[in-house]
Amino acid sequence: MSKGVIRVVHLYPREMSIYGDLGNTRALAARIRRHGYQAEVVGHDPGDPFPDDPHLLLGGGGQDSGQLRVEEDLDRNADRLRTLAADGVPMLMICGMYQLFGNAFITVEGTRLPGLGILDVTTQGNRTRMIGPVVLDTEFGDVVGYENHSGSTTLGPGQAPFGRVRAGYGNNPDDGTEGARTANVVGSYLHGPILPANPRLADALIGYAAERATGEPFRPEVLDDGLADEARGRQVRRLTGVARNGRREAWSRPWRRGERRAG
Amino acid sequence: MPLRTSAAVLAGKTARVASRMRGGGSALPGLVAEKVDPQFLRHTLSQVTGGIVVVSGTNGKTTTTKMLVALLRAHGRTVFTNPTGSNFTRGVVSSMLPQIGPSGRLDADLAVLELDEAHALKFAATVRPTHALLLNVARDQLDRFAEIDHTARLLAGLARHTTDGVVLNLDDDFVARIADDEGDRLTVRYFGVHASIADRLPELREQDVRFGEPFTPPTPGPDDGLLRPRDERAFDIVFGECAVGPVTLQQRGLAAMINATAATTTARLLLGDAFSAQTAADALALVRPPFGRGEVVMVGGQPLELVLVKNPAGFTVALGTYGSSPVATMIAVNDNDADGRDVSWLYDVSFESLRERGVAWTSGIRAYDIALRLEYDEVPVAHVEPELTAALDAFTAAHPDEPKRIFCTYTAMMALRRTLAARHDLPDFGEEG
Repeated sequence: MSKGVIRVVHLYPREMSIYGDLGNTRALAARIRRHGYQAEVVGHDPGDPFPDDPHLLLGGGGQDSGQLRVEEDLDRNADRLRTLAADGVPMLMICGMYQLFGNAFITVEGTRLPGLGILDVTTQGNRTRMIGPVVLDTEFGDVVGYENHSGSTTLGPGQAPFGRVRAGYGNNPDDGTEGARTANVVGSYLHGPILPANPRLADALIGYAAERATGEPFRPEVLDDGLADEARGRQVRRLTGVARNGRREAWSRPWRRGERRAG
Repeated sequence: MPLRTSAAVLAGKTARVASRMRGGGSALPGLVAEKVDPQFLRHTLSQVTGGIVVVSGTNGKTTTTKMLVALLRAHGRTVFTNPTGSNFTRGVVSSMLPQIGPSGRLDADLAVLELDEAHALKFAATVRPTHALLLNVARDQLDRFAEIDHTARLLAGLARHTTDGVVLNLDDDFVARIADDEGDRLTVRYFGVHASIADRLPELREQDVRFGEPFTPPTPGPDDGLLRPRDERAFDIVFGECAVGPVTLQQRGLAAMINATAATTTARLLLGDAFSAQTAADALALVRPPFGRGEVVMVGGQPLELVLVKNPAGFTVALGTYGSSPVATMIAVNDNDADGRDVSWLYDVSFESLRERGVAWTSGIRAYDIALRLEYDEVPVAHVEPELTAALDAFTAAHPDEPKRIFCTYTAMMALRRTLAARHDLPDFGEEG
């Protein structure tokens, strides 16, 4: 018997789901079912009426052109989204949508494009891209993914990051932070997609959503995450050069070129 | 030919011999010749008077180039091409060297060159192509090109540098749109699929969300080639009232049929009245699949097929092609530079067609990631072995009496091919891009 229906709203699946971000939706729906709940996935396109009572919101990365198409719709639903965020609704916003959830995006030419301001971050357009595999330390344990962004993001004073960078760039080339978290809203640059290989993050989001959907504590099942753990563990080891027993592995790898460790 | 170019030929040829002796890569001699004469390409190709054709786009360049060359040669034309598939300008120079005498004369009526999007534009800035065949825009090697929009702009730039005619993919909005800007100046021909199989289009293309209004493709005319399949293997290429066909390719699948349609439409544009439908159909039937595009290796008396996959559109088409005849399957995913380091795209492919038979082995640097991906599509995976040779041995040993297929990314394929070549005495091969 189902423990309840969890409604997942995927924002702008057509414009904002590049680089496999659709995989996050797929992973959430599958895990919601495996935990014994029913998953209802709703796609929200620009101009659609905003779905009633969403329990979890997802957004992904897009082409610059895709981003322009959704800004108008976001603007129209800004108050609704801010209220939901303040109310504790879990949201996962990746890359382009992470930037749009911030205060502003400042283009290379210096034009300031306002965002929703749900996360206290500001992104400066850059001519160089930050591209490559990433390992983070987060409250959900090690998180692995792949970043591909030209925007350089700075956290406002007091804004918590999503994680600390162990390999890769993160928000910007300088401060070793990645993403941002306010209430249950997580913003991050990580594709991968992020959820399949990092099930603890997925289950945390599902947990918040389940409580919201049912009014009761989350009642998870024990799931076998052997493949995800192995996939993630291997990435952590090859990218940080640290074996499980704490020893540095001896060989160097070409992808370490240009990477930096957080200070 | 200027003295400097002759010196470049000599230096390049010397480097070619040297790199052959080392067993080295195919671009080095070209690099040397370019260093000696930066205008080498322009000087040498200026002697080719029958047309300089560039084939570009994300998927199908190697296959389509091979088909177009075969079509032109079957009609009696002498064609220069870059057959090693080292599709950068230096690769083009390298492959020229053995075909020109010390005087610098390139013996060819036409040149047909396979170039990737970024290099095609660079090439066109040096040598203006007379014709361009633009295949498609898909996500591929994002580390290098970053975004689809950018790739689309590169192809539009190539069209801008072309002097006589372009052949465009009617079913790819990014490519078909190029006619809006260049249609007045150039002869435009289209290739595409016939209305009878239009339902298979969504799996083949990316969404163009750059503009608010959906793009309405033009209505094909009598000089535009449309693919009309008869069954899984045989098809016709329809030009208005006439047709080329039935054609049966050695390579299977819808993607290869579309490539043949593109090549035939281009050959017809280049040859004009000299084009013969019968000659074309005969020539296409003889084209051998390029290495890694459905190449079959006999292992223990059973066929082992290597299928290169490099982006969502390509993988989806490959699965659609082979799904109807399930065999023992392995999937090998690496994430080196040449594979694309980001494996996110695996989540844009639907693997459901493998559900019934399952996947026997996953392998490669990202063996666990592809296994995890398959788990989300409820495709059973029997074994995960990241080490490629160990996986290949176990896979072939476990399925001795049946046909086998390995879907693999580029560097995984190269490694597997090397192992297979060492054990099964395969012919030499060129590294393709």
